[in-house]
Amino acid sequence: MTDGPAPVLAAELIRWSWVGDHLDDIRDALVQHIELTGLALLFGLLLAFPLALAAVQWPRLYGPILGFAGVLFTIPSLALFILLIPFTGLQIQTALIGLTIYTLLILVRNMVEGLRGVDRDVREAAQAMGYTRARQLFQVELPLALPVIIAGVRIATVTTIGLVTVTALIGWGGLGQLFINGFTLNFPTPIVVGIVLSALLAFTADLLLVGLQQRLTPWARSGGR
Amino acid sequence: MGVVNDVVAWLTDPAQWSGPDGIPVRTLQHLYYSLLATAIAGAIALPIGIYIGHTGRGALFAVNLTNLGRAIPSLGIIILMFTLVGFGLVPVLVALVALAVPPIVTNSYVGVRSVDRDVRDAAEGMGMRGRQVLWQVELPVATPLIMAGIRTSAVQVVATATLAAYVGLGGLGRYLIDGLSQRDLPQVVGGAILVAVLSLLTELVLGRVQTLVVPRGLAGQGADAAVRAKVEKAA
Amino acid sequence: MRRIRLGGVAVAACLALLLAACGGGGDNALEGGGSQDNGGATVTVGSTNFSEQLILAEMYAAVLEKAGVKVDTRLNLGAREVVFPALEKGDIDLLPEYNGSVLSFLDPKATQTTSEEVNTALAPLLDAKGLVALDESPAEDKDGWAVTKETADKYGLAKLDDLKGKAHELVVGGPPELKTRPAGLPGLKKVYGIEDFKEFKALDAGGPLTTSALNKGDIDVGRVFTTQGAIAENGWVLLEETKPLEPAQNIVPIGRKDAMTDQVKQALNAISAKITTEELTKLNKLVDVDKQDPEKVANDWLTQQGLL
Repeated sequence: MTDGPAPVLAAELIRWSWVGDHLDDIRDALVQHIELTGLALLFGLLLAFPLALAAVQWPRLYGPILGFAGVLFTIPSLALFILLIPFTGLQIQTALIGLTIYTLLILVRNMVEGLRGVDRDVREAAQAMGYTRARQLFQVELPLALPVIIAGVRIATVTTIGLVTVTALIGWGGLGQLFINGFTLNFPTPIVVGIVLSALLAFTADLLLVGLQQRLTPWARSGGR
Repeated sequence: MGVVNDVVAWLTDPAQWSGPDGIPVRTLQHLYYSLLATAIAGAIALPIGIYIGHTGRGALFAVNLTNLGRAIPSLGIIILMFTLVGFGLVPVLVALVALAVPPIVTNSYVGVRSVDRDVRDAAEGMGMRGRQVLWQVELPVATPLIMAGIRTSAVQVVATATLAAYVGLGGLGRYLIDGLSQRDLPQVVGGAILVAVLSLLTELVLGRVQTLVVPRGLAGQGADAAVRAKVEKAA
Repeated sequence: MRRIRLGGVAVAACLALLLAACGGGGDNALEGGGSQDNGGATVTVGSTNFSEQLILAEMYAAVLEKAGVKVDTRLNLGAREVVFPALEKGDIDLLPEYNGSVLSFLDPKATQTTSEEVNTALAPLLDAKGLVALDESPAEDKDGWAVTKETADKYGLAKLDDLKGKAHELVVGGPPELKTRPAGLPGLKKVYGIEDFKEFKALDAGGPLTTSALNKGDIDVGRVFTTQGAIAENGWVLLEETKPLEPAQNIVPIGRKDAMTDQVKQALNAISAKITTEELTKLNKLVDVDKQDPEKVANDWLTQQGLL
């Protein structure tokens, strides 16, 4: 009895009756996971876009912007969420601010690389045709940079889906709530369900983004990077 | 700013720099978990990645593994392993290794695979066997990418090893968890700064190592060209 | 000229985003969970992350719902350090709490031990934060110190006094704040004259970490909750307290003053009056050991007691 916890049988790893009884909770957790991921990416893109434009326009800014995003990226997620609590409490903002910050490095880097990778000839051709700078950006450069940008969105999406689970520590977490439930009750089934579903979610999101990219950029043969 | 002063005071307090929960001990624990996990991950991932790169079998798996790996939540793995094996180092190591394997597999695969077909043909034309091609041509050319993979993994591992404290172990994450429980904000912020600094240092040091281990002939531009030149010269 | 325009796009986009962010903060479009005063006020019940808390919070939610109050739950939120500030901020309105723990949380230097002393000291601290404690329950979940049967036999441990002269050979584990709180390790030293332990391992408050570490022998003495199911399940020996050290830990609902209407008070006081330490221990065992659902355990008990 005191030698250690009872060995867990493989059959105990997943107790289907628990899954059956908690389908509602599991669905709610999944929906919250998708919402948090979607919102974090949306805000991430909205913030990254102007930053990337600024970095392309003023190359000197690129180093500092990337460096700053890089430093933010190294803040341990556990600490970031804890530190935000005094300011934003347990509201969804706490989770979203943290998640958004972590998408910035990936998104900005890929946007800048994508925009910079546009062939000089192409740009000059557009200029010669009398395109304004804005028109050139939206009609020529962005479409050409899209494969690289979407490659960044893919990485950011999958990373965010993993990180969302950490926000369970501040009362959100989507599928991460199932981890904490399992931990509290010392019971592996919810944890296994959470891990499997979040991996499946990441996989599905990634496939959808590959599909999206192929539709948007039919001229690019291979799927980004 | 009161908080800033408190954090500076916390970081510079001599008491913080000695004893079993002092910064040096916690940093060493942190590095120990990280090194062990990265080493185990390397031992698992390098042979797999290099094998796939050399033979071309399982390429699709190798390419997508990194992205798939990101989808595995470390917190979930740690908690799951904890409920299965209980208190100890194993849950943490499993989670960190799971985090570190994918980038090393993918990078070593890409590194070996990216060796120019001409270079390989040239080496084979010179009568090199599969294993010789691997050791004398492919691996040297792939070294920069392999090292980049190890670096990526190591930095992620250092940042994630904070979770060890969540399941009752040591490392710099202790300051985050203890600071929260003891309602000691400077300790939380100080701990976060230490982790961030350690990740950045890992990045810098391994970046330096990366430039040092690259074969001299490959340094700088045109890695493939350099190898080709070397092979041609030998021929 | 052209270059400036692209910069202009960047700056404009930044500004637009900032404005959007400010606007978003104003209306509550994004806020989830928290109490939103839309018509009949919703009472949000929170809880920390161990089974007893889940059971109690589910009970509170169930009786409030029956009393016709709109209820929302935010359970399993984490440690008190996360949950209590959320209560102060108004993200949640109600928590099942323990009077002694809340006191030492709000005043880390507090040394009161009896229920009356604790409650007297607590009331003004809560009041200052716009909070109030409802009727306390006779049920108590005290903090205690447990060892495995083997350790108890080996060192002859039955009372806390027995640790004296042996602690230096033993590793103790518990929540991180144990190291600094008066009722924690400093208290053992001051009240019982027990020397420093060989080592302190920062784990959790009677949770899975402490349970596993104690069973696996990574720690010898563990900080536990006296009502937790794991004590009976693992045959641990709870060391008897012979001098006052641990504060009273009566179960008490703590809520935001503005949310504690008479209707709410009445419903919650009815639970507090009926629950006892023995009952609570039994309910914890149903969740911890028999792996029943906290919600089901709570509802079954309430029905049994005629409260639902």
